[in-house]
Amino acid sequence: MIRLGVPSKGRLMEQAFDWFAERGVKLSRAGSEREYAGRVEGAENVSLVLLSAGEIPRELKAGRIHMGVTGTDLIREKLAGWRSHVEELAPMGFGHADLILAVPSCWADCDDLDDFATIARDFRAEHGFRLRIATKYHRLVRAWLSDHEVADYQLVDSQGATEGTVANLTAEAIADITSSGETLRANHLKILAEEPILRSQATLLRSIAAGDEDEVRVFATRLGL
Amino acid sequence: MSKREKQAIGQQILTAFRAAGAEEVAPDLLLPAETLLDLYGEDIRARAYVTQDPIRGEVMLRPDFTVPVVQMHMENGAEPARYCYLGEVFRKQDHGENQPEHPRDNEYLQAGFELFARDPDADAEVFALFHGILAPLNLQASMGDMDLLMDAVRALPLSGARRAALLHHIWRPRRFARLLARFSAPAEGRNFSESPTTWTGLRSPDEMQERIDRLQADAGEQPLSSQWVERLERLFAVQAPAPQALAQLRQLATEIPDIHEAVDRLERNLADLARRGIDTDAIHFDASHGRHTMEYYDGMTFSFAAAGRADWPPVASGGRYDALAAVLGQAKGRSIPAVGGIIRPGLVYELGGLA
Repeated sequence: MIRLGVPSKGRLMEQAFDWFAERGVKLSRAGSEREYAGRVEGAENVSLVLLSAGEIPRELKAGRIHMGVTGTDLIREKLAGWRSHVEELAPMGFGHADLILAVPSCWADCDDLDDFATIARDFRAEHGFRLRIATKYHRLVRAWLSDHEVADYQLVDSQGATEGTVANLTAEAIADITSSGETLRANHLKILAEEPILRSQATLLRSIAAGDEDEVRVFATRLGL
Repeated sequence: MSKREKQAIGQQILTAFRAAGAEEVAPDLLLPAETLLDLYGEDIRARAYVTQDPIRGEVMLRPDFTVPVVQMHMENGAEPARYCYLGEVFRKQDHGENQPEHPRDNEYLQAGFELFARDPDADAEVFALFHGILAPLNLQASMGDMDLLMDAVRALPLSGARRAALLHHIWRPRRFARLLARFSAPAEGRNFSESPTTWTGLRSPDEMQERIDRLQADAGEQPLSSQWVERLERLFAVQAPAPQALAQLRQLATEIPDIHEAVDRLERNLADLARRGIDTDAIHFDASHGRHTMEYYDGMTFSFAAAGRADWPPVASGGRYDALAAVLGQAKGRSIPAVGGIIRPGLVYELGGLA
């Protein structure tokens, strides 16, 4: 029996259900709204497991589910050496979001990462501590800044309302997922003119640890992949 | 049971360090994170195990010995001082997209030696000590000199702001190269849009204005002549057996007179090493060696690498870190030049040991 993990609520769940429905597999919640069990029609040997999107990477790595739907951002942030743990079967075309670095809009002298690097250096000299970037994507942001040889900063953890940290003076910049940029503008922040740190979208993944690869392939073929 | 054998090799190295006059010290395993983070930046957070203590705040499992040993010295050390230590360090091995088949240890031994002295022979003393201990392993010794590179950058006919930017990024080769390219092209004027009326964040309008003024002043700068860029590139690329490298550097010093002093110092160091019985022809001098090591080295740097083990870190490495010692000594109002290095007994063990 193939265990398929899908986000348990919200738009991500609905869009995932639609994606499977378009491919002839009907997923639904069993019973009440509060019950995290699922039903699968149109495919043999597949059971639906409803999980928080953030837990799907971990469950895939552990092999407790064979397949899962989650954002590329979560896979890359949460699974070190992710290619050794999961295989990307298909990008699903929804849940698009970019991980970006944003600074106060009032910084008229800050357009790109070169400006940012210099400002970070000046900031440290002036304030005696490193410029703070609020984020929950620690690994991705750190790896990206290290690739771009930006050094004079520190990350501060922010698990929510990240855009507010700058006005609250707990950070000077933020790195977060954005789709429309509206929340950023409302908080007087602007995105640096660089390629995003990551372009993320919902993706169907296969767990390497879970095995049963043949059965997974049969189901993937059934989905037209 | 290899851990016990690695310990034994560490003890052997420690004995040699003690015979060289070092006093053994035993820094804590749990270190306050703040100092380390401030000195090393986010890179260290990616690599060190950080945890939370309800009273002491953020603490780190010892990622290296240098900082606690320097702090200990600044607290109560006499001068000159030689210290040695043996113990575990902890480094996360966070890989890119793929997990390697044979991940490296994230807990391993370091045996180290740190020398605090105003004596100009200190570089040669430390290098020769490591060279002697590691002699049975036939490692490839490499040497560099950050001072040489920094003196050359300081000598460039540039504004203070431009020089400071280059010096700051000397350890970040691509950023450095981009800056150098920018400074060699005609400066582009830049228009700054009006800031919106709402100001957000801790960075103040004055700080921004200061930078804008600096950029506007910079727009009037003459481009750096290609001749200087080319000289700098030649200097950074010097790589040869040490005596030949020295001759090349001498030649370069006729074009970049400000490196004379550093070249003289290198010559004295090499002569000193030769007097100590070391074949300097076997030392590979790489002017940019220190650009690929820890950012805190600002003078001589060295490493000893095992041939045919390209995927290994160096078996031993070290260098001079006067600026770091000065920063850490500031609180105590002390400053003393420092040179030191570490050997990894685990790698020595894998190479068959020292005996």
